[in-house]
Amino acid sequence: MQHLFRLFVQRLALGLLTLFAVSLVIFLSIELLPGDVAQQVLGQSATPENLAAFRRELGLDQPAYTRYLSWFGGFLQGDLGHSLISGLPIKELIAERMYNTFFLAGFAALIAVPLAVVLGVVAALYRDTTLDKTINVVALTAISVPEFFVGYILVWLFAVELGLFPSIANLSEDASLGDRIYRTFLPAMTLTLIVTAHMMRMTRASLINLLALPYLEMARLKGASQRRLIVIHALPNAIAPIVTVIAINLAYLIVGVVIVEVVFVYPGMGQLLVDSVAKRDFTVVQTACLLFAATYILFNLASDLISIASNPRLLHRK
Amino acid sequence: MNAFLYELRRAPLSAKFGCTVVLFYIAVAIFAPVLAPFGESEVVGYEYQAWSTENWLGTDSLGRDMATRMIYGARNTIGIALVTTIIAFAAGSAAGFFAAVMQGWVDQALSRAVDVVISIPTLIFALLLLTIFGASVTSLVGVIALIYATFVYRIARAVAMGIVVMDYVEAAQVRGEGLWWIMRKEILPNAAPPLVAEFGLRFCFVFLTISGLSFLGLGIQPPAADWGSMVRENASLITFGDLTPLIPAAAIGLLTVAVNFIVDWMLHKASGLKT
Repeated sequence: MQHLFRLFVQRLALGLLTLFAVSLVIFLSIELLPGDVAQQVLGQSATPENLAAFRRELGLDQPAYTRYLSWFGGFLQGDLGHSLISGLPIKELIAERMYNTFFLAGFAALIAVPLAVVLGVVAALYRDTTLDKTINVVALTAISVPEFFVGYILVWLFAVELGLFPSIANLSEDASLGDRIYRTFLPAMTLTLIVTAHMMRMTRASLINLLALPYLEMARLKGASQRRLIVIHALPNAIAPIVTVIAINLAYLIVGVVIVEVVFVYPGMGQLLVDSVAKRDFTVVQTACLLFAATYILFNLASDLISIASNPRLLHRK
Repeated sequence: MNAFLYELRRAPLSAKFGCTVVLFYIAVAIFAPVLAPFGESEVVGYEYQAWSTENWLGTDSLGRDMATRMIYGARNTIGIALVTTIIAFAAGSAAGFFAAVMQGWVDQALSRAVDVVISIPTLIFALLLLTIFGASVTSLVGVIALIYATFVYRIARAVAMGIVVMDYVEAAQVRGEGLWWIMRKEILPNAAPPLVAEFGLRFCFVFLTISGLSFLGLGIQPPAADWGSMVRENASLITFGDLTPLIPAAAIGLLTVAVNFIVDWMLHKASGLKT
């Protein structure tokens, strides 16, 4: 138990260190900018007084390390700074969008995770049959085509041909939960299709990997049915790899939303990030990137911790 | 060449399909000016014309011929993805081999730097760097190559680590061969097979990432024809029930599937498993 605790603390410290290093990379890459931010934003015609005032306002006249400390320190305390272009506080810009993005990703995960595990188990149960092959081909195709292709196909099918769902997921602020689900349905389905494919393939692979082990051979010889073999004997031992894959895919979900949000004009973080990149709004890009990276690191960390905890050999170490 | 053809004839159907598709794409990309009925960004009629004998796939949002832009798109999209992957592999494997040979603090410094870059999601880091360097083909190729070089570095280093402990590498070192010679003549030939399979997979990822960025309007810039931007420019047609804008996206998917089939076959052969 003590050993497990030490492993946990180690991973946690490593995760925090990574987050710190990533924040440094994000901050320093803006420093790489050829020329000077003030000049970039205000343009060639800006007077020296204007430039100086702008720099003072953003703290650009301070040395880099002071700015880094105040930026990252502020980030940790929830003060995200102001947009370079519109001057609005970033916190206000993203609060609503953060919620929307997590709603969309959560909605997709809620469908995708159980679906992927069930499909994976079914494919492993009926491996090498037509059913398994069909599931596999569909999964491979879903992985290989770009996200926007999946998105638009769903728009065409469900919004244009069948007219069941709206093709654009514009949310009003006070939408009811039912309306929200109705409007986010197509983007959530798009994400579901993409991540389910990955998770399902990995679930199937990790189950089939186990089938050659002696204890499963033993179970087979004593006459356990195929279903019992997979569900009772193999599945518990496959939990660690499956959970890892799920966490990695949830991390991917958070990133994958960027393109899906653009396809459906969904008012989330991804849309904001893409708009800010096009406008070269450095402060918003910086903060949004750090938020995305932090979520991603968090999920990867969680997958690490769960796979440690789900391994009984580590729990009862001699 | 004959040995390769012999292998190919015995390959599974999926691999044959993959090879055919890839060869077809390459042919289209190379002979684009001959095959295309119009010029790359020539306006040939009204916008959004339907399919006809003159404009096989109709015209796009600016009245340019869709079929022509598809053909030139093969050249631009695949060409840029290929150049990017090659740069990523050259830089990544050079750094990986270098780390494996030098060991010690050089290896530590490079590996930890790569760890940090890898812990940032690819698309997000690409967006960050494109904000800084601006959206142009050169910065696109540079940024994506840099990001994917980190993945290549990890594999190249892992493979090379197994090679540098071999006696023939030590013999070369004792003989007084230089670092570059050891990397090129001793490590590279032995590390090539796993790296080639990896090249196919990474090409798919690079190709999808670049198409995604182009779709977002931050990749290959107009007026160059490119599959990702073509979907974005003409997407409004889909709401009228016309699927023409999705042809470029399907073309992207088909190539990715084809390359995956070939890589699967190569990996299967390399693993020495019988069918």
